[in-house]
Amino acid sequence: MIISTAIVLSSLVIIIGLVVYHGAPAITVDILIKTPTSQDYIGEGTGGILNAIVGSLLLVIPATIIAFFVGIAIALYLQSDFSHHSFSTFVRFILDVLWGIPSILYGVFCFLIMIAIGVRASVLTGIIALTLLEIPIITRYIDESIKMVPAGLKESAYSLGSTKFETAVKVVRRQAFPGILAGVLLGLGRGIGDAASILFTAGFSNNVPGSVFDGTAALPTLIFKYFSSPYAAVRERAYAAAFILVIIVLLISIISRLLTKRFMKHVIR
Amino acid sequence: MTSLKMQIETKNLNVSFHGNHVLKDINIKIPAKKLTAIIGPSGCGKTTLLKSFNRLLEIQDGVKISGQIQVDNVNILRAGLDVPDIRKKMGLLSQKPYPLPMSIYENVAYGLRIHHQKKGDELDQIVENCLREAGLWSEVKDRLHDPASRLSVGQQQRLCLARAIAVEPEVLLCDEPTSALDPIAAQQIEKLLLKLKENYTVVLVTHTLRQARRLADYVVYLYFGKVIEQGPADEVFNHPKTPEMKAYLAGEIS
Repeated sequence: MIISTAIVLSSLVIIIGLVVYHGAPAITVDILIKTPTSQDYIGEGTGGILNAIVGSLLLVIPATIIAFFVGIAIALYLQSDFSHHSFSTFVRFILDVLWGIPSILYGVFCFLIMIAIGVRASVLTGIIALTLLEIPIITRYIDESIKMVPAGLKESAYSLGSTKFETAVKVVRRQAFPGILAGVLLGLGRGIGDAASILFTAGFSNNVPGSVFDGTAALPTLIFKYFSSPYAAVRERAYAAAFILVIIVLLISIISRLLTKRFMKHVIR
Repeated sequence: MTSLKMQIETKNLNVSFHGNHVLKDINIKIPAKKLTAIIGPSGCGKTTLLKSFNRLLEIQDGVKISGQIQVDNVNILRAGLDVPDIRKKMGLLSQKPYPLPMSIYENVAYGLRIHHQKKGDELDQIVENCLREAGLWSEVKDRLHDPASRLSVGQQQRLCLARAIAVEPEVLLCDEPTSALDPIAAQQIEKLLLKLKENYTVVLVTHTLRQARRLADYVVYLYFGKVIEQGPADEVFNHPKTPEMKAYLAGEIS
């Protein structure tokens, strides 16, 4: 017990420590607000990594929003009011399998389709790949949190004369909301940190994308590219990107904690 | 018995879950403004019978219901009736209290809000009256906007009672409402039920015989899905006719 806890804790500390140690000194105002001034992953690093920061947000926010709407539709359809039990069990199993599929396969899958229909890597295709990656996570979270609403609570609402719709919107939604929120933020966190699915699909660019059909850099792909560089100055910028990514993920989990706590106070256990 | 007004009357009510015959040819009469206790061993269909009265059974999978349930001389199992309207007439108190995931005030106001009945000051007044009637007002009047989940279980059960009477039902269906409560909270609920039966028809499912003896005016004894005996409480308790009833009263069946 103690040993395994120590292994987990120390590796966490080492990873965070390494990122902070190398990344924090590399963070400058320029890094945050400028795009790279040259093809600097093969040379000396100048300029910033704004292209990757903006790119990451442009990819992950729309992907999470789309995945949320798709997820809530699937999750609602899986509830016993609409679907037969064996069907929903099957769909849940499929979603669990999809959850476990390595993200590179989502990237390859989208890439093959892109080749077949002849489109270049762009923000749009990156969003599609990330959406596919996030859908199983968000759907299963929403599904579980709706499923966990006690039958007795729904019965109480029905016995007060609520219709199915009123029960769903006024009672079940409130009870399931913290779980739904947690699922969306988990999907967001997974999406923003994922390099493999957007490696082929979002492309790379030193500029902030001008339209959804332009390729874009993202923090994880930028880290991947810059770390392969033989130049220490470029690798340092990868650490800076890693540091920013860790901060973003940390912020997401803090926000999710705070929001969940806020919405949990009404939840009936 | 003939002089009493009947609130609920079932005719050949049969219920089965996935082919499992739970209630068999139930013919009972429940008098208005009295407390009727449905007693019997665990798993004999008491809760199923109670939930058939407000059509809560049908939200579960694989339920088949046949026969008639007359409430105020309307067969509520008839197709085409407005189910929420039937349910509104029957308040439910379940084994474990389930307050709605909102504030104490909103719990009581919920029913009134969805039926678009009252607004503003009038709503405040009704909420207060219902909480008073459920004996909860003095304990919660300073924290009406706290989450209902922070109340104790006993308080939650009284809140559920207040919430139920806010929509002005005619019948209160109580499914072992004291089984999750400590003795003091249970006693409070019992006292409330005795008071409420003046204005409402109370149907109480209980598996504690002593509770039925304390509270009931009228008793229905269920045994493996069949009505073995029914009638005024003192008749059933003091002059049981069937061997099953005698055995139950003697504590041989529990």
